[in-house]
Amino acid sequence: MAGLKLTGVGKTYGGTVNVLNDINLDIEQGELIVFVGPSGCGKSTLLRMIAGLESITAGTLEIDGLLVNDVPPAQRGIAMVFQSYALYPHMTVRDNMSFALKLAKKSASEIDAAVTKATKILQLEPYLDRLPKALSGGQRQRVAIGRAIVRDPKVYLFDEPLSNLDAALRVATRIEIAQLKESMPKSTMIYVTHDQVEAMTLASRIVVLADKGIAQVGTPLELYERPENEFVAQFIGSPAMNLLAGEIIETGKETVVKLASGGIARSAVPTTAADKGLKVNVGVRPEALVQVKDQPIFSGKVAYTEALGEVTILYFEPQDQADHVISKLSGIHADFRGKTVSLGADPAKVQIFHNGRSLYYR
Amino acid sequence: MSPALQGLITIAIGVGGCLSYFYLSNLFLDKVLFPARGPNAGRNINRANMIRPWLFLAPALMALGLYLAYPVIETLRLSLTERIPGGGYRWVGLDNYSLMFAEAKFWEAMRNNMLWLIVVPAASTAFGLLVAQLTDRIRWGSFAKSLIFMPMAISFVGAAVIFKLVYDTRPIEQDQIGILNALWLQFDGGAGSWLLLKALPALILAGFAALSGFVGWLILRPVIAGRFHGFGTPARIVATAASAAIVVLSVRGIFELIGADFNYGAPQTWLTVPFWNSLFLMVVLIWIQTGFAMVILSAALRGIPEETIEAAIVDGAGPFQIFFQIKVPQIMGTIVVVWTTITLVVLKVFDIVFAMTNGQWETQVLANYMFDKLFRANNWGVGSASAMIIMLLVTPILVWNVYNARKEMR
Ligand SMILES: Nc1ncnc2c1ncn2[C@@H]1O[C@H](COP(=O)(O)OP(=O)(O)O)[C@@H](O)[C@H]1O
Ligand SMILES: [Mg+2]
Repeated sequence: MAGLKLTGVGKTYGGTVNVLNDINLDIEQGELIVFVGPSGCGKSTLLRMIAGLESITAGTLEIDGLLVNDVPPAQRGIAMVFQSYALYPHMTVRDNMSFALKLAKKSASEIDAAVTKATKILQLEPYLDRLPKALSGGQRQRVAIGRAIVRDPKVYLFDEPLSNLDAALRVATRIEIAQLKESMPKSTMIYVTHDQVEAMTLASRIVVLADKGIAQVGTPLELYERPENEFVAQFIGSPAMNLLAGEIIETGKETVVKLASGGIARSAVPTTAADKGLKVNVGVRPEALVQVKDQPIFSGKVAYTEALGEVTILYFEPQDQADHVISKLSGIHADFRGKTVSLGADPAKVQIFHNGRSLYYR
Repeated sequence: MSPALQGLITIAIGVGGCLSYFYLSNLFLDKVLFPARGPNAGRNINRANMIRPWLFLAPALMALGLYLAYPVIETLRLSLTERIPGGGYRWVGLDNYSLMFAEAKFWEAMRNNMLWLIVVPAASTAFGLLVAQLTDRIRWGSFAKSLIFMPMAISFVGAAVIFKLVYDTRPIEQDQIGILNALWLQFDGGAGSWLLLKALPALILAGFAALSGFVGWLILRPVIAGRFHGFGTPARIVATAASAAIVVLSVRGIFELIGADFNYGAPQTWLTVPFWNSLFLMVVLIWIQTGFAMVILSAALRGIPEETIEAAIVDGAGPFQIFFQIKVPQIMGTIVVVWTTITLVVLKVFDIVFAMTNGQWETQVLANYMFDKLFRANNWGVGSASAMIIMLLVTPILVWNVYNARKEMR
């Protein structure tokens, strides 16, 4: 099994700058793991530690059951696709792809076979004798992926591979990567991005990094439906989840929270009698909010609207709290601006957080 | 008046003159010649903008014309004339050139210049690249680099004086003040001497021969394979021929070296040993130009995208493969520019030879030969002819240099 196992991995730059702490992660063969998190949270650092380009200052990293902390990158069985593609500018596409194999002293026929195979998969045949500067961004991206494929690695590492492409190409290439993954079910891939759409669409599991550590690991829908903490709740989904302060007034299979803004929220998260009176934040996604007549979670005046056609996003005037409450109603409601709207939600879609952590996971 | 004050006044007048020239000429253009008002305002603005670049170019063009174009033409004219004793001159056609070509000293200068041309740019660029690479990652690297760059601040004559002391000779009974002789006297002709003074240099020469042979082969290969056509082909063939010549010279040098009989135990007058003295003079220029090459190449190395190097590491390249297969090819353009720039300096080399040997003991070079003819023999005809030869040699390299530098900047 070509799995990865990170145990207590940490990174401290120059002995003083602590960037990552105690990362524990088990990755199975064939998974596509996405590291996601805000810019500067250490995603690239973690990936580069796995690649061997950055030393591991704490903990252990195992690939395929072997401790590889001190194994040089080329012998770890990994291949990396860089954000800037990092093609060798003085080599043709063919030479770029065969460079690693030549260094590994593979025979000419082996090299030829590997390059031809990768070229077929990525449809690069017409460009084999071109220099990188004569390729478009998307083609360069494919060459970079081809350079990884020819080495037939156990683990593919991608560092924000799509962030230099324009929006349309990004979607197309994202789908190509998903298909590539499907055609290689045995290969493990680790993919770094700050874009949650990429994370949600590609990942078999997502690792959310925040605050020097892992905020949550789970499938995309787990993260969306049952975030472990307020950070993940607000990071996944756009617009971000609404958080409303309140106090638990009824416990049991269904919990009732009286909100500071006056509303009442019912949640399917179970609580015990001891929780009564607990100060909590109620989390509701904008798309979970619907118009109701009575017992609203929230009612307020619409400050302005964004009509996107399929949905209308309502921004409410702030009451006591800093954040705008945002709701996403399906359909067109262009005339809501300035009106007072009452909103409720299905209890199954209402989260409760205490001290930033979800009560669901106690 | 004190010279310092004079200098200050000159600077003030010079800078003030420049500023007022640009200010007033633009004022004249915009207010008097093509004022941006009246019925033709739009047309006038367009015309003024067409003329403006020339206002800025004019001083430079004039200076270039006066100090560059005119002297070239005048030198050409002088090289075709002969001074008549007592005043006046007469046309003699190409007589000066044939006189010069018949002179052994001219061919000696030509040969030495070619030797300089091969050794100095190659050595300076290689050392510069080596230093740039080695100092890239270490903490005191920038300190080392400033030390190596320091000779750039010394004039050629100053450097020549310093190295004259290095090569200095004292009678055997005195202490040697020249470091080279001080070292030389440590050798006694035993096995150690043989290893250090014969085997090691022979090895270095052999390595050099192999390297230039390999480079020649690399240059020629595309031509043989028929992959390369057009304008570059003759240049490639010439370059290959040159590297073949270097191989032959080096191999001959090895045999001479092994067979040579060294005069151990006696202080040597280094600058009087033919062939070697030219090399000793070249060391001075290499010492100076290495700093230049290092600074430019160091900047170029820094400009290589870090991720291409990391990609090579992941691909399994070792330090040497990264250096020769990833880094050097990416800065090849800069290497060529540095190389040709040093070549230009070398073709004009004068001060070092003038100050250290003045062309004696077979160290003559073209520029010093020209100076000799022009100002010591008062033979303006042959002097100008040799100046023309220098220009002929410099021009193609200059053109190539500018072409490459512009390509690098794009
Ligand atoms: N060589 C370094 N020395 C010190 N700090 C660094 C170094 N490289 C990165 N960092 C810091 O580590 C943090 C994580 O960086 P990175 O992994 O690149 O973030 P991202 O998640 O955006 O990829 C950043 O705060 C950055 O400033
Ligand atoms: Mg990053």
